[in-house]
Amino acid sequence: MIKAEAKNINFYYGDYHALKDISLSFPEKTVTALIGPSGCGKSTFLRLFNRMNDLIGNIKLEGEVLVDNTDIYAKSTRIDLLRKKVGMVFQKPNPFPKSIFENVAYGMRVNGIRDNNYIEEIVIRSLKQAVLWEEVKDKLKKSAFELSGGQQQRLCIARALAVEPTLILMDEPASALDPISTAKIEELIHELKKDYTIMIVTHNLQQAGRVSDFTAFFYLGELIEINETKKMFINPAKEKTQNYITGRFG
Amino acid sequence: MTGKQIRQSLAFSLFGIITVIVVAFLFVILGFIVIKGFRVISWEFLTAMPKEGMTGGGIFPAIIGTACLVIGSMVFAFPIGVLSGIYIHEYLKDSWFKRFLRMMTNNLAGIPSIVFGLFGMALFVNYLKFGDSILAGSLTLGLLVLPVVIRTTEEALKSVDNSLRTGSLALGATKLQTIRKVVLPVAFPNIITGLILSIGRVSGETAPILFTVAAYFLPKLPTSIFDQVMALPYHLYVLATSGTDMEAARPMAYGTALVLIIIVLLINFLASYLRKYLGKKVKMN
Repeated sequence: MIKAEAKNINFYYGDYHALKDISLSFPEKTVTALIGPSGCGKSTFLRLFNRMNDLIGNIKLEGEVLVDNTDIYAKSTRIDLLRKKVGMVFQKPNPFPKSIFENVAYGMRVNGIRDNNYIEEIVIRSLKQAVLWEEVKDKLKKSAFELSGGQQQRLCIARALAVEPTLILMDEPASALDPISTAKIEELIHELKKDYTIMIVTHNLQQAGRVSDFTAFFYLGELIEINETKKMFINPAKEKTQNYITGRFG
Repeated sequence: MTGKQIRQSLAFSLFGIITVIVVAFLFVILGFIVIKGFRVISWEFLTAMPKEGMTGGGIFPAIIGTACLVIGSMVFAFPIGVLSGIYIHEYLKDSWFKRFLRMMTNNLAGIPSIVFGLFGMALFVNYLKFGDSILAGSLTLGLLVLPVVIRTTEEALKSVDNSLRTGSLALGATKLQTIRKVVLPVAFPNIITGLILSIGRVSGETAPILFTVAAYFLPKLPTSIFDQVMALPYHLYVLATSGTDMEAARPMAYGTALVLIIIVLLINFLASYLRKYLGKKVKMN
């Protein structure tokens, strides 16, 4: 089953041609790593799937972006419902200045859920899924800012899970974290793969190798190669990929 | 020491001396007013009506009048200013219209306050027939501080980390929900600070109330928003320039000045306290 798909995508910031004729599909319950040097368009590509690029003015998109076989750029798309279905985790942990509990409850509250018993149940479930529950269960009313950076990032993952997305976008989720926190996030990705489809942008090639099933290599706005991660890292098809993963540029 | 280091020490000594001089002037002014004014300050001075051609009695109606004007102008300027600030900063994309609005609010802030007074008289007192009244004075003062409230709201919103906005939107929140539930609570302490600072500004302004509300001598308290009132800054002006016996009224003038300064200073201290206190509270919720 294909969860999400990009068909012949061209994307422009003003005159700048940021993504060039990209077609790529994401099978359900897999992890796909998007790699490539800075400015190659991988983050822009990721943000197509929850329409975060819409927040920037003066952009142009050609081609089709499908999630669950529906064109998410169709006029009839409700962006709030799309973003409920497509969760996102950002590079820098960005908890709200609210309590730990309210951070996770936030997405449900803005989506109109009022039943407090249900909210509490989902908050607990999400914190457990994000492997944070044991560390915070006695201080749910405390400010989220009291948590460490790694804990904050897992809180942001719990927050994303609480609105019950099926596709999760991760934009360098571990790049601001220490190695131990990074390892925890990677373990978490392994767990989440059982239920969710995940796209992860990363600068860390070892990380891509550890967490992903598929890897897509972007360079200067073009998709150079997409393959199973194992094949890609052992025997890349393209010379550019070979050069990048062996550290000859990047 | 090398030449470079000597030049550096000289430069910083100069900056230091200049700074000390500036602060010294502030203390001289404060000291002067305190020394001249503290003798007349008494319970009676603060709570009695003026009497004997304003050479005796107190300044109670002026204090109450200023309080009415502060409250009236804030009721008008705060909601309008904050909503405009939100609209300009959160909703408008960068365009000529946004730059135009910014430029106009800046220009509004630069208009001399006496011009606001004239405009207030023409529009509120005469055209809308409010007469010399608390309503006309409050609206005029409100107009005067509107750009201050708009600018502080914009600055407060600017200091909110953008990642909070994207984080909220990414969870399916609308822009309005994002502003109400995430952005405003964070910006609130700074917005309140702006509000309080504009209260300080309003309580000290004389020109805008000159033709719109201020009474020369009115030893009774207002009963409606269409009444005239005395006000501290105008009362001070009257005592210093046009009383029946100006020499005898001089101590009363210094006393009034001292009360006015104390009120403004207290308001400023309150502003910085609230910013710290609310700032802490926001993080906890």
